[in-house]
Amino acid sequence: MGELAVTVIGHDRPGIIADVAELLAGLGMNLTDSTMTRLRGHFAMTLICTGDPARADVEAALGPLGADGTLDVAVRPVHPEPEPTDDGQPYVLSVHGADRLGIVAGVARAVAEFGGNVTDLTTRLVGDLYLLVAEVDVPASAAERLTERLTGVAGVLNVEVALRPGEADVL
Amino acid sequence: MTGTVRPVVRAPAGVLSAAGDPVDPADPEMVALVADLFATMAVSPGCVGLAAPQVGVPARVFVVDVSGHPKARTCHGPFALCNAEVVSASRWEKGREGCMSVPDLTGDVRRAANLVVAGVAPGTGEPVEIRTDAFEARALQHEIDHCAGLLFLDRVAGAHAVYARKTYL
Repeated sequence: MGELAVTVIGHDRPGIIADVAELLAGLGMNLTDSTMTRLRGHFAMTLICTGDPARADVEAALGPLGADGTLDVAVRPVHPEPEPTDDGQPYVLSVHGADRLGIVAGVARAVAEFGGNVTDLTTRLVGDLYLLVAEVDVPASAAERLTERLTGVAGVLNVEVALRPGEADVL
Repeated sequence: MTGTVRPVVRAPAGVLSAAGDPVDPADPEMVALVADLFATMAVSPGCVGLAAPQVGVPARVFVVDVSGHPKARTCHGPFALCNAEVVSASRWEKGREGCMSVPDLTGDVRRAANLVVAGVAPGTGEPVEIRTDAFEARALQHEIDHCAGLLFLDRVAGAHAVYARKTYL
């Protein structure tokens, strides 16, 4: 049984998810993890599905979705990933300030330098305000030094930064 | 004293991210500022609190009024506090917050639903202790954050806890 990653990006309209899910179900592909949102009004969906059909068959089935040029559909095989290791503490990183080039690049590089792994990320531009909120797994020994580094990066970028412990599972 | 409506400052204005200075509660300028905060809050639909940095003044003073709000339990009516600090906080709950200084976004923030705050009253300088809960507690923490240069954006619960505002009051 193969694992395929499908991305669908383009003009939003009612029924895109229904169309994609029906076509996959019709092929016997099991839709496992998926995420969909609108990015600046654009429809954006990424999903993982598993099943026996070959990539070419899935591409052929989904192809008509992009025929009118409003949606870009891509299918590619992926290898099953091992369960993530539990070697970091969850933090929520919040960055906001006047929009400028390089905020995400500067902040994300600092996180990476200290072994932090971004597990979820949202950015928003509303008016002049740029906002980044990331969930980050940070090695326990690095949190303090990462906070110092982020404060330095934020000073250069003239943005505000906050790194706070994320919520732990309570039950 | 009748206050004057002041323009509300929006992020990313620097004054919203600067820790406010402690204020002299007897300073006539500060008393006038409180009147302006009340006046500005009164003409702002849905506004239940306003802090000095939101009208461009980096000072530790704010007004709150959750009267009649459906989510309020304990309610002290309209009041102002100078140099307020959280004394105790417990029973943390997540709730959706907006802000006049961040008009296009809302976010889920964990706040204490049981709260004790200490400050001083403008004008008299009398010590004040507020014991409150639920929505008024949330509003107080939001305003105390403003006085410390923090926005709700600094405390959102996660990457999927920020939303485009759908309803403008």
